Amino acid sequence: MMLASTLGPTPYLVLGAVLFTVGAVGLLVRRNPLVMFMCIELMLNATNLTFVTFARQLDDVGGQVIVFFVLVVAAAEVVIGLGIIVGILRRRPGATADDLRLMKG
Amino acid sequence: MRDLIWMIPALPLAGFALLLAFGKRLGEPLAGWLGTATVAGSFVVTLGVFLTLRTDGGADHRLTQSLFTWVPAGSFKADLGFLVDPLSISMCLFVTGIAALIHLYSIGYMHGDPRYHVFFTYLNLFVFSMLMLVLGDNLLVTFLGWEGVGACSYFLISFWFSEEANASAGKKAFVTNRVGDWGFMCATFFTFSALGTLSYTGIIDGASALPRSTATVIALLLFVGAVGKSAQLPLYVWLPDAMAGPTPVSALFHAATMVTAGVYLMVRINPVLAASAHWLPTLIATVGAVTALFAATIALAQNDIKKVLAYSTVSQLGYMFLAVGSGAYVGAIFHMITHAFFKALLFLGAGSVIHGMGDEQDMRRMGALRKLMPITAATFIVGWLAIAGVPPFSGFFSKDEILVYAWQKSPVLWAIGFVTAILTAFYMARQVYLVFFGDARWGEPVPEAAASPAANEAQQSAAEVDDTTATDANDEAPVAAHAASDAGADGHGHEAHADVHPHESPWTMTLPLVVLAVGAIVAGALNMPFFDRLKVLEHWLAPVVEHGQAHLTVSSGLKVGLGVVTVVGALVAFALARLVYLRGRQDVAEQIEQPVFARGWYYDSSIAAFMGGPGRRLFDAVSWFDRTIIDGAVNGVATLVRGGGDRVRVLQSGYVRNYALGVAFGAIVLVGLLLSRAVF
Amino acid sequence: MTSLLFAQLGTPHRIQTPSVAWSGLLPVLVLLGGAVVLMVVGALLPRRSRHSWHLWLTLLIAAGSIGCAVPLWFRVRDHGPLSILRDAVRVDGLALFLGIVIVVGVMLAALLTDGYLRREELEGPEPYVLLMLSATGGLLMASANDLIVMFLGLEILSLAVYVLAGLHVRRLRSGEAAMKYFVLGGFSSAFFLYGIALAYGATGSTNLTDIQRFLATNTLTNNGLLLASFALLLVGFGFKVAAAPFHSWAPDVYEGSPSPVVSFMASAVKAAAFAGLIRVFVYAFALDRHDWQPIVYVVAVLTLLVGSVLAVVQTNVKRMLAYSSINHAGFVLVGVQAASDRGVRSALFYLATYTFMVAGSFGVVTIVGRRGDNRHQLDDYKGLARTEPLLAFAFLVFLLAQAGVPFTSGLWAKFYVIGAAVEARSFWLALVAMLSTVISAFLYLRIVLAMYGGADEADEAAPAVPRLRIPFAARIALVVSVVATIGFGLVPGPLTHASKTAVPKIAAGK
Repeated sequence: MMLASTLGPTPYLVLGAVLFTVGAVGLLVRRNPLVMFMCIELMLNATNLTFVTFARQLDDVGGQVIVFFVLVVAAAEVVIGLGIIVGILRRRPGATADDLRLMKG
Repeated sequence: MRDLIWMIPALPLAGFALLLAFGKRLGEPLAGWLGTATVAGSFVVTLGVFLTLRTDGGADHRLTQSLFTWVPAGSFKADLGFLVDPLSISMCLFVTGIAALIHLYSIGYMHGDPRYHVFFTYLNLFVFSMLMLVLGDNLLVTFLGWEGVGACSYFLISFWFSEEANASAGKKAFVTNRVGDWGFMCATFFTFSALGTLSYTGIIDGASALPRSTATVIALLLFVGAVGKSAQLPLYVWLPDAMAGPTPVSALFHAATMVTAGVYLMVRINPVLAASAHWLPTLIATVGAVTALFAATIALAQNDIKKVLAYSTVSQLGYMFLAVGSGAYVGAIFHMITHAFFKALLFLGAGSVIHGMGDEQDMRRMGALRKLMPITAATFIVGWLAIAGVPPFSGFFSKDEILVYAWQKSPVLWAIGFVTAILTAFYMARQVYLVFFGDARWGEPVPEAAASPAANEAQQSAAEVDDTTATDANDEAPVAAHAASDAGADGHGHEAHADVHPHESPWTMTLPLVVLAVGAIVAGALNMPFFDRLKVLEHWLAPVVEHGQAHLTVSSGLKVGLGVVTVVGALVAFALARLVYLRGRQDVAEQIEQPVFARGWYYDSSIAAFMGGPGRRLFDAVSWFDRTIIDGAVNGVATLVRGGGDRVRVLQSGYVRNYALGVAFGAIVLVGLLLSRAVF
Repeated sequence: MTSLLFAQLGTPHRIQTPSVAWSGLLPVLVLLGGAVVLMVVGALLPRRSRHSWHLWLTLLIAAGSIGCAVPLWFRVRDHGPLSILRDAVRVDGLALFLGIVIVVGVMLAALLTDGYLRREELEGPEPYVLLMLSATGGLLMASANDLIVMFLGLEILSLAVYVLAGLHVRRLRSGEAAMKYFVLGGFSSAFFLYGIALAYGATGSTNLTDIQRFLATNTLTNNGLLLASFALLLVGFGFKVAAAPFHSWAPDVYEGSPSPVVSFMASAVKAAAFAGLIRVFVYAFALDRHDWQPIVYVVAVLTLLVGSVLAVVQTNVKRMLAYSSINHAGFVLVGVQAASDRGVRSALFYLATYTFMVAGSFGVVTIVGRRGDNRHQLDDYKGLARTEPLLAFAFLVFLLAQAGVPFTSGLWAKFYVIGAAVEARSFWLALVAMLSTVISAFLYLRIVLAMYGGADEADEAAPAVPRLRIPFAARIALVVSVVATIGFGLVPGPLTHASKTAVPKIAAGK
């Protein structure tokens, strides 16, 4: 609270945006599907940071509650994503995202 | 009868439904009789409604019946309703009348076809659609019919067709009609946004208040639609190909009814045309006149009995557009009616000949049929005299009226119409002489040397389907036709000669011929010139066309003069044709036909020699236009799309990360675009 | 918002919960509960049975959901929308209309799934459970009046579909489709969520009603935050509806996924995403429509062109239909872009009719795909009219409807959408839409010609190809779709009337 009052919300928002961008760029440059999933998680958490910041700024607890929803969604996403990747790796061990291009055009 | 309007289209629809459900069980000939009966019933109802309208039409001569709100959408509402006024009921009368006759004719013509009932199913559906087109009280119902007749037309073109030709002709018809439909649809939207209604009463009443530019756009777009449906330049290409369908279909769809839908539409919206810019009627008249002349020249060099009639139809439709453009709306409808009679007659006569000759369509292998097929020959000759404009046959009166109005519009238009009239007389005479007079040339080999230039011309300027395909396609028994034409090509003509036994057709086929022939003779009485009391049609249609009809200021003397000139021209053409095709025999015919007509009239070296260098270049330009724009438009657009598609396709690389990059890129662009709005 | 849940009134020891009009949520709850029940019952029933228990139960549950929705429909029509859970969910005409469309999508997909599972020797109730769960998310999206609820709905919808895409475990393409869909879906969801965060920051709420009120009463001095949130929310919706340039997943995923699932993706998923798009943009952001309309305009043009042009160069029918479904999304966007009640109605009409067309189309694709779900080349359709005339006829109807030919519902769908665009004075957009119809007409014509032509080759190939088996359930789906497509083509009145009832008032912010 001290920080917030002295720094204002802007640095947190910028940090959130930077983290989001890092996540997005990470997804674009990494080929390992697991790392790609992690990048998506990073993007979601960057959003969480933004939510919390706004909630503080607006003095509205709602924005903080949203974070819990997002965390649950993120957890569900991880489960599904891992399921899919395990299914693929079982048939093609060591496959990267770039190896999967049976379909194109 | 006022409440029975709905029965006019409902009867053929019921026929369609019954045939669809039980057609196969009914079999031949019951299915045919059922189809005929429903259309005949529809004709009777139409007659009743017609009489009601005459006695009980009210001041505005309109009867309307709204069945239900068909398409409600916001402020927009379209009823499934019918508008009966002098125009639509006249159309209905001849559509149902002629359709009934052609149904009757088909009972005999389609005898033995394995898909007999299917044919009648389509035919009834067509009549239903055509009646919806004509009777609809708003543009949307008309559009429904418009598309319906188009669909039936595609179905029936391909009724007997072989695979490749089917694809080609079907595609051509599909694409050119799409262009027309596009015009129609755009016009519908514009009309709605300008007037807030699509109903004809609303359009007719509101047209005078329309701004000139809006009226022009609407009329122009509808004209585009009409050009597609009525096979005018530059969208005429599909009609000659469509002749590959069974002959009754050619007679009903591609001569008498469907192709006149464009003319009907133009007459229907005549107040809008009257409110539009002055150049538009001139454009319509010019397109009509040029098409008339253009198609007539092509008809000169055709050897397929149906192709001649096909180009002749395009040419006659050109007359009707000339009439519309010249403000002779009554003349357009008048000619439409007379044309329906004599062209249906000619097509059915041709069908009878083809039937009798054992599916032969090449006129060079006919001749001397008048003794063997007396009824067909007599009625065909009536049709010939009617289309050639010989008094007192009906074609004379209607064509004369159009030409008088054309003269008033511009003597140049009259001149084009006049030349066309002479050409019409000539090529029809040629057809009659080749088919019914002269020597019997049944099964003789076709003289290839003479055939090739004409065939090339025809191909270049119009149809791409070669004669052999069209011939085969039109047979009831394609295999037999193959055998026949193979025999001809191999030079075993004289063996084949023995196999051909021309004979007169059964009564179901000749009766319609006789009825139509009577019609072709007397239909001219609908609108006799000079005496005001005799202008029955003009008085009858007056409430509909009062906004648009031009007032004739030409003196009686000039009228007579123009009429006489036309008739003399036709007679001279007859004499010339007789000289060439009866006296001169084949070799002389070739010599005269080739330099003067087959090559002279259109894009070939003789016109270039005649006109010199500029002509040559013009020809090149025209043929380039023909090849690249008209024929190539389809392929060109397809290639463009394909090329574009192939190029963009590379982006679809299969790499999921590339896709993600696409998403990210899109996101950045969207953010950028929106933020740029915040900044500026 | 949630703070109010814990607002203490009266005695400090009792928690006051807001009253919930559960009846309004019944369609969702029935579907959700049904899915859970099916899961449990499925464990008790034999996994493989001669009888299609799973299918019939699914249909029963879906019918129950629609049965609950219908009384609600009349209640909403007569007494106005229901606001539930402190206005986080809003049951109105739009929600119910598209909700029913989504559930119908489930039913059609389920009918196709049964035969597919037997043919491919897959088993279990899971596909049906996932279909229903996904639809639950869709219904939630359609009735969400809070951006977070919408996000939850979107995720429930999507997560289930990711799994469905990978349903065919032995097919590598199916796995690849699931993987691509998942990665890109997660990616775009993150954008969507970030958009929500920015909108929250800009307006102070995630509730759409509050946002609308805030925008109506306040003038933002610097609305960059809000505009950026528009863009990011559009990314999320654009991805789900497969609008260009966020469409790239669609062809690959459609090609790889089991065909019945694709019918669900193209119908129900799109309907849900468009419901969200309409709710957020046309209604909540109605006042700022001059900011977002041009963007949607551009997206619509791109979508229409990409969908039609790229479809023409394909040789795989499933991919062709995938691109054509992109093209159709463009049409719905044209209606959305009009941002009027008429535009929304036209979009609803389009989605409702398209559900039948596309479910039917992919139904035919499912059957023709044969064992292995791999025979989707254009050549595989050669001579279909000869071997399976009825199937070919059904496909013909669906293709013509998609081309917008009269006597089919497709004509009206396109007509209304373009009419709405003309009314909104988006003439060029209307023109592009019509142009794209012409381009895609080639595509449909190609398939039709393949089916009705090329009989000779088909005769030669005939011995090699076993006769198609059309399962009974799939027959029902096809017949229903054909009847609906032609029926709404001949008499569109009832459906337009329904769409009018669904969107009764002039869109806010006129």
